[in-house]
Amino acid sequence: MTDQSTTTEPNAPAPTTAGAARFSPRRRQQVSRLLQYLILLTALAAVVLLADWEGLAQNFAKPDVAQQALPALFTVALANTMIYTLGGFLFGFLSGLLLALMRLSTVRAYRWLAIAYIEIFRGLPALLIFLLILFLPLALPGLEVPGGTYGQGVLGLALVAAAYMAETLRAGLQAVPRGQMEAARSLGMSHARSMVTIIIPQAIRIVIPPTTNQFVSLLKDSSLVLFLGVSGEYVELTKYGNDLASQHANATPILVVGVTYLLVTIPLGYLAVRLEKRQEKGR
Amino acid sequence: MTSMAPVVEIRDLHKAYGQHEVLKGIDLTVEAGQVVCVIGPSGSGKSTLLRCVNLLEQPSAGKVIVQGVELTHRDVDIDAARRRVGMVFQQFNLFPHMTVLQNVIIAQRRVLNRSRAEAEQIARQNLDKVGVGMKCDSYPAQLSGGQQQRVAIARALAMSPSLMLFDEPTSALDPELVGDVLTVMRRLAAEGMTMLVVTHEMAFARDVADRVVFMDGGVIVEEDAAARVIGDPQHERTRTFLRRVLDPTAQPETTTH
Ligand SMILES: Nc1ncnc2c1ncn2[C@@H]1O[C@H](COP(=O)(O)OP(=O)(O)O)[C@@H](O)[C@H]1O
Ligand SMILES: [Mg+2]
Repeated sequence: MTDQSTTTEPNAPAPTTAGAARFSPRRRQQVSRLLQYLILLTALAAVVLLADWEGLAQNFAKPDVAQQALPALFTVALANTMIYTLGGFLFGFLSGLLLALMRLSTVRAYRWLAIAYIEIFRGLPALLIFLLILFLPLALPGLEVPGGTYGQGVLGLALVAAAYMAETLRAGLQAVPRGQMEAARSLGMSHARSMVTIIIPQAIRIVIPPTTNQFVSLLKDSSLVLFLGVSGEYVELTKYGNDLASQHANATPILVVGVTYLLVTIPLGYLAVRLEKRQEKGR
Repeated sequence: MTSMAPVVEIRDLHKAYGQHEVLKGIDLTVEAGQVVCVIGPSGSGKSTLLRCVNLLEQPSAGKVIVQGVELTHRDVDIDAARRRVGMVFQQFNLFPHMTVLQNVIIAQRRVLNRSRAEAEQIARQNLDKVGVGMKCDSYPAQLSGGQQQRVAIARALAMSPSLMLFDEPTSALDPELVGDVLTVMRRLAAEGMTMLVVTHEMAFARDVADRVVFMDGGVIVEEDAAARVIGDPQHERTRTFLRRVLDPTAQPETTTH
C-alpha cells in the first residue's frame, strides 16, 4: 500500500514539497532497478538449484554423441542445407523478378497472373507446398521434377521465395526515380534495354538488405525438405539432427544442429542490418 | 549558308491529361544552329512542350518533325528518332550506379553500338569539354550539382544529337554553381548547336537566344528576337511575368511606364 502512493505521485499535478522530499525521482529509479535485479537473481537461483543438470547434460549435451555428428554435420548436412537454400534463392529471385515485372506490366493479363501467383503462394504454408511436390508424381504420373531430390527441395523453396521476392522487387523497381527511365529513353534506349541496364540494377541494390533477410528465412524453411522423405547423401541439417537423435535416443544432435543454424543466420542478420544502414547513409 | 529544313518543326501541338488541356496548339520552328529560349510562368506547359518534342509525352494532337522525320507518326521507330535529340533535365538524372565515364559511355555502346575504345574516347572528349574530365572515375553522388549537370550535358552530347533540349537546367543548382553550367551552354551555342532551352535565366536568354518564346496557359503568347521579348514585350501578360522574374520583391501594383 505504501508504494502505491509513491507510484501515483508523478501524476499529481503539483508535487507537494513533502512528497518530493520523501522520494526523489533519482532515488525511485535506483530502488526500481535494484528490485529488478533481485527478481532476476531469484529466478536464476531457482533454475540453477531446481534443474536436473546431470539429466539435461545427458540428453542435450552428450559429448560423444556430439562428436559422432561432427564431420558429416558440415560436409553433408550443412552443405546440403546450403545447396537447397542457394538453389531456392537463385530460382526464387529470378522468378520473383519475372513476377515483379509482370506485376508492373501494362498488359492486364500479366498483372493478374502475377497477383494470383503472389497471393496464392504467400498465403499457403510452406509445408503444404512441399507436400504438394511430394504428391505431384501421384497426381500426374510421368511428371518428374528434374534434379531428383535436390530438384524437389529447390523447387519447393523457390516456389515460396518467388512470391515474397516478387513483392520486394516490385517495391524496389518502384523506388527507382521516374527520371531514370526518362533519361535512359531520351538517350535512345528501348524500354527493355532501359529496364535491363538502368532500372533493374538500381532496384536490386535497393532490395539487397530485405533480400538478405529473405535468405535467412529461406534457410530456415529448407528444414521442410525433411518432409520430402530424403535420406543418405541428401539430408540437410534438420533431417540429419532428427535421424541422429532417434538413433541415439538422445537430443544432443538437435542442439548441435540448432547451433549450426545460428552460426549462419545470426551473422547474416547482422549483415542485413549493416547493409540497410549503409544504404540509408548513401541517400 | 544554304537554306536547310528546320531542325524542329512543331505544328498545332496539343496535349491533354484527361480533361486538363496543358498545350493548346503550339506552333514553333527551330532552324539549324538557332537557340530558342522558352520562358513563362510555372505550370504554363514549358516542360510538357519539351517532353513532347522527344516523345517522353505522347501528344494528343499535332505534329513534331525533327530533321524531316515526323516523330508523331504512328510507324516511326521512336528509339531511333530520339537519338537525334539530346535532353538535359532539371534534376540531372545521372545513373547513380555508374561512374561518370560509364554514364557517358553506356548509351553509345548499347544504342549506337560504338566500340568500347571509340565510346570512351568520345566520352572523355565531351567530359573535358564541359570541364569535368578529371571526375571520370567518380560516382554522381560525389559531385556537386553543377558538375552533375555538366556530366549530364556531356552524356547527351556524346550521342552526337542534332538538337539539344534543356528543361530548366540550372533551377536545381545552388546560385554559385549556375554560372559554370551556363558557360558550357553558351559555348555550345557558339559552336552552332541547335538548342531549345526552358529557362528563368533572363540574362542568358537575352545574350544567347536568337529567339525567345513566352508561354502562358498552354499557348505561345509572344515570340520574337530576345531583345524584343525581354526588352520591349508587346503583351501585358509578358510584361507582368518579366516584372516578377526580374524583380521578385517588387510590389504587384507598380506602374509600368
Ligand atoms: N503527368 C501529368 N499528369 C497530369 N498533369 C500534368 C502532368 N504533367 C504535367 N501536368 C500538368 O500540366 C501543366 C503544365 O505542366 P508543365 O509542363 O510541367 O509546366 P511548366 O514546366 O511550364 O512549369 C501543369 O498544370 C501540370 O500540373
Ligand atoms: Mg517545368
